Amino acid sequence: MKLTRKAFLKSSAALAAGAAVVGTALPAHAQAKKKFTLAWTIYVGWMPWPWAAENGIVKKWADKYGIEIDVVEVNDYSTSINQYTAGAFDALTITNMDTLAVPAVGGVDSTSIITGDYSNGNDAVILKDKAKFADIKGQNVNIVQYSVSQYLLDRGLQLHGMTERDVKIVNTSDADMAAAFLTPDVTAVVTWNPIVEQIDADAGAHNVFNSSAIPGEILDLVIVNTKTLDANPDFAKALCGIWYETLGIMLADTPAAKTAQTEMGKLSGTDYAGFASQLKTTHLFSDPAGAAAFTKGSQLIATMDHVRQFLFAWGMMGQGATSPDVVGIEFPGGHILGDAQNVTFRFNADYMAMAAAKAL
Amino acid sequence: MRLINRHPGRLSGRALAAAPFIAMVALYLIASAVRHAANPADKLLPGISQMAAAMNIMAFTQDMATGDYLMLTDTLASLQRLLEGLAISVGISFVIGISVGMIPYLRRLFVPFISAFSMVPPLAILPILFIIAGIGEAAKVTLIVIGTAPFIARDLIMRVEEMPKAQLIKVQTLGASSWQIGLRVVVPQMLPRLIDSLRLSLGPAWIYLISAEAIAAQDGLGYRIFLVRRYFAMDIIIPYVIWITLLAFLFDFGLRRLQRLVFPWFAEAKAQ
Repeated sequence: MKLTRKAFLKSSAALAAGAAVVGTALPAHAQAKKKFTLAWTIYVGWMPWPWAAENGIVKKWADKYGIEIDVVEVNDYSTSINQYTAGAFDALTITNMDTLAVPAVGGVDSTSIITGDYSNGNDAVILKDKAKFADIKGQNVNIVQYSVSQYLLDRGLQLHGMTERDVKIVNTSDADMAAAFLTPDVTAVVTWNPIVEQIDADAGAHNVFNSSAIPGEILDLVIVNTKTLDANPDFAKALCGIWYETLGIMLADTPAAKTAQTEMGKLSGTDYAGFASQLKTTHLFSDPAGAAAFTKGSQLIATMDHVRQFLFAWGMMGQGATSPDVVGIEFPGGHILGDAQNVTFRFNADYMAMAAAKAL
Repeated sequence: MRLINRHPGRLSGRALAAAPFIAMVALYLIASAVRHAANPADKLLPGISQMAAAMNIMAFTQDMATGDYLMLTDTLASLQRLLEGLAISVGISFVIGISVGMIPYLRRLFVPFISAFSMVPPLAILPILFIIAGIGEAAKVTLIVIGTAPFIARDLIMRVEEMPKAQLIKVQTLGASSWQIGLRVVVPQMLPRLIDSLRLSLGPAWIYLISAEAIAAQDGLGYRIFLVRRYFAMDIIIPYVIWITLLAFLFDFGLRRLQRLVFPWFAEAKAQ
């Protein structure tokens, strides 16, 4: 075929028309929101989500409330937070610290509806050929800067009468942490599981301080955009229903529980033994009443105060923030830390309480 | 007159060149204003004043912890790595390119290997690189060298092979040895081509530099971008990206000027 001007213009026009049709066919904003997305990343305390999606538990609860729930995996944790903050997802699995540092500081009002677990050894400070935490003094520490690892290190230094001036921080990608530990110039790392396990297996590795020393401070939550939540409480009810049904299955003393844990292990790139050992260093709030009680307790307020002081000290409360009070954090019962006019992070125990009362 | 023969004048030419830039900035400002109307604290598309405030802190205010001007420290650290990497890369590939291009035995020995080696994605074999070069400065420079040297070497080999055979025969009838041909005929003609090749390698070199700084670092432009990305500080990232683009552009511009200044005959030969 010869490409003449006529043929060229004709085919271009057809292409443009096709693109326009596709463009208009996509609904810009559905009137009543019926479809929701929850984004998750690989972490032992979040593996129940993909497993529940694969085993029909998500669909069962979504159907019950007449909605649709998409459970999507994001490869990279940071990206998942940034995408949530930019508005790509309705709900997200995230830690308490990162919720405050990114969506809350970024003005995206978020509500934590499930207090899922706390790290009880999953995050650790590991020294090479040295057995005491105090030996960290003066060393280069490889760490994912500004992450919960740095929070753990700060708390460790605090508890041992030191500050971050006593060490030198080298920002290192989590993907390369295990390989970095094998090189001679790396002598101290702070990281999280499953990397901790991998590094602990090394002969010279000493796990000198970990999150079991600060129980209840590194929390894994499910947050929902507050606007979406207020307009669609059924979404939160469905999420709570899914969560506690799944925990009930995987934590029972049955063959089905072992199968579930094996499959969750596989989904996170390990096996039953690996997953079970990571579960041991994770304190899952298996009982919704316990989770609700923890969320209403005073320890959470003290923890969030530590967290916001830490973030403020490292300039993560936003440019030009003059105190950690720039954003408000609301707790069940109405207690507020920080600016009451600018509350962008809310802890909510209502849905967990409903699960405890079997009212979902 | 046919469309392909119509040329813009001096003034309209400049206006045309500026138009896409202005359009992009305008589009950004509109999108940013829309997002800020919905959420005044939006982090995705910061406004000009937010970016200016962030830059004021990064570039013109001493860091509280270290007393450094962070953007200056970052820029110097990155430029040092980039220049070291490119210098080593150019040195290695110039020697390999000319000798392999000229000598048939070396050609048979190395060309297939270099062609294969240049296809290995260096970022995929990082753990091996760590064992060889550690994770300090040496590793970053090595990554830039591995990323750019094979390309420059291959390019030079091909350029040497492209030289007119008549020229080489002529100097041989005048009694030149291999060594003399290399130094007096091949090298002078390859130097300006090396600059071309280097210009094309600048893009990949920056990519490898920033990747290396993302893996493990204490300073550098790439380090800062990956660090503040953790809390979604686009108000720092966007100015840093503009700064990197400007630096890369200046490098390219400088090399082009250098080529024209030192090898004026080359531009003339190319124009014909």
